[in-house]
Amino acid sequence: MYAENILEHYKHPHNHGTLEKRSIDYRENNPLCGDVITIYLLIENEKVKDIRFVGQGCAISQAATSLLTDEIKGKSIEEIKKLDKDFVLDLLGVEISPARMKCALLGIKTLKLAIYDYLLKQDKKANEKDFEVEDA
Amino acid sequence: MINAMKIREDFPILRRKVNKRQLAYLDNAATTQKPKQVIDKITDYYMNYNANIHRGIHKLSEEATEAYEGSRGKTAKFVNAQSREIVFTKNTTESLNILAYWAFRTLKKGDEVVVSIMEHHSNIVPWQMLIEKGVKLNIAGIRKDGSLDIKNLQSLVTKKTKIVSIAHSSNVLGTINPVKEIGRIAHDAGAICVIDGAQSVPHMPVDMKTLDCDFLAFSSHKMLGPTGIGVLYGKEDMLKSVTPFLRGGDMIKEVFQQTASWNDIPWKFEAGTPNIADVIGFGAAVDYLNKIGMKEVRKHEEELTKYAIKKMSPISGVTIHGLAAERGGAVSFSIDGVHPHDIATILDGEGIAIRSGHMCAQPLMAHLNVPALARASFYVYNMKEEIDRLIVGIEKVKKIFKTGR
Repeated sequence: MYAENILEHYKHPHNHGTLEKRSIDYRENNPLCGDVITIYLLIENEKVKDIRFVGQGCAISQAATSLLTDEIKGKSIEEIKKLDKDFVLDLLGVEISPARMKCALLGIKTLKLAIYDYLLKQDKKANEKDFEVEDA
Repeated sequence: MINAMKIREDFPILRRKVNKRQLAYLDNAATTQKPKQVIDKITDYYMNYNANIHRGIHKLSEEATEAYEGSRGKTAKFVNAQSREIVFTKNTTESLNILAYWAFRTLKKGDEVVVSIMEHHSNIVPWQMLIEKGVKLNIAGIRKDGSLDIKNLQSLVTKKTKIVSIAHSSNVLGTINPVKEIGRIAHDAGAICVIDGAQSVPHMPVDMKTLDCDFLAFSSHKMLGPTGIGVLYGKEDMLKSVTPFLRGGDMIKEVFQQTASWNDIPWKFEAGTPNIADVIGFGAAVDYLNKIGMKEVRKHEEELTKYAIKKMSPISGVTIHGLAAERGGAVSFSIDGVHPHDIATILDGEGIAIRSGHMCAQPLMAHLNVPALARASFYVYNMKEEIDRLIVGIEKVKKIFKTGR
């Protein structure tokens, strides 16, 4: 599980920090272990123009979020809606044990809930189901 | 002297391989493994005398009732109490909730409850319920070494204090608290003393006549018994005054259309068909511990804990949280630059089971300023060799994360 790229992203996460100019920020935690991720998004024309995150947690949750943020810039809300568990697992490229699945998916869960929250705050129609990430 | 090698023969699960390595089970503060004597006892009940208790007139029901109540007797003797002072619940959490719900009915605005910062969530969250009634929840602090700040506790216990509820032994710091003294402080102020014994009763002799506290809660599954069984000990007079929290069958004397009267203690707290098989299994666990002797259990764990701390302390980047002079066998630690989950995953790869996370003690984690911790905890079947493997595992974690030298 602890491949070189995972450890590299853990120690030197990409897109780490906050965004002064942002459309939304959203914080999500994993109640089982206390891992926390906050994602900052700048959205323009229904596309993610910029993304940052801060968090506290294990190598898997932090590296997965770092890898994810690299892929998100430029993606449209519709595209992000379709992202699922496998998208993140492919990015990680290592086998994730069932006990650690929640760690691996914390970033994408936070991201999708951030988008959902953004749409609600824009008074746009959004179905919460579209923004859930199945971990089974 | 405990012969751990011999004891291990009674625990089929310890022969298991995990990730191609011999299992080293060091997560005993979470739950312990079960000897075949306990497993067989439960099987025997279902195979030979499964029946409901306290009501059938037939043979099977008689045998089941006798075994169920026999476990109560064994449990009472184990903590030097009377049978009627022992209530079977689901777990320590439920035992404490019975008291918290009772407090919710009886305490008034302006009353106060005192707990400590080292409590498990099960000894904080139920009491938080009282806050909405205007009851104040005071939290006693700890000293740098992880011991309870008894002066601070003393200052928080006043005439307003109605309940003092403290862990006998911390599931994170290992600290053993001076509950006899805490009981005296509580009683001097006219307050009730509650002990969370989940981490003490399994690991050392606990004598309620000596401790003189009013209530004690603990769990079967942390002392070689099955899950699903907890105990609430209460002094006879105290239990009589506590209102039952669960109501229904078996806990009543007489039922009319609009009212009912309660059964005697302890049965007034055991509504509905209880977990008969596991209470009987728990009795076998108590027998097993008695055969070893609780003084021996304590001695064995003290030795292992000392050994673990001695081996872990010198490793650069490793911090042990909880170094009180009086401590049990839970050793929580952190490694600089590595999240406890990652420690646990790498150790699991070596067949070593430890706990990682906030360990149901988030207020304590916040106080220690750590997001989570890793924890090794020991029991009767653990050996120094397993601690040696833990040390090698910790070095491997450091190597993978390239921390320290």
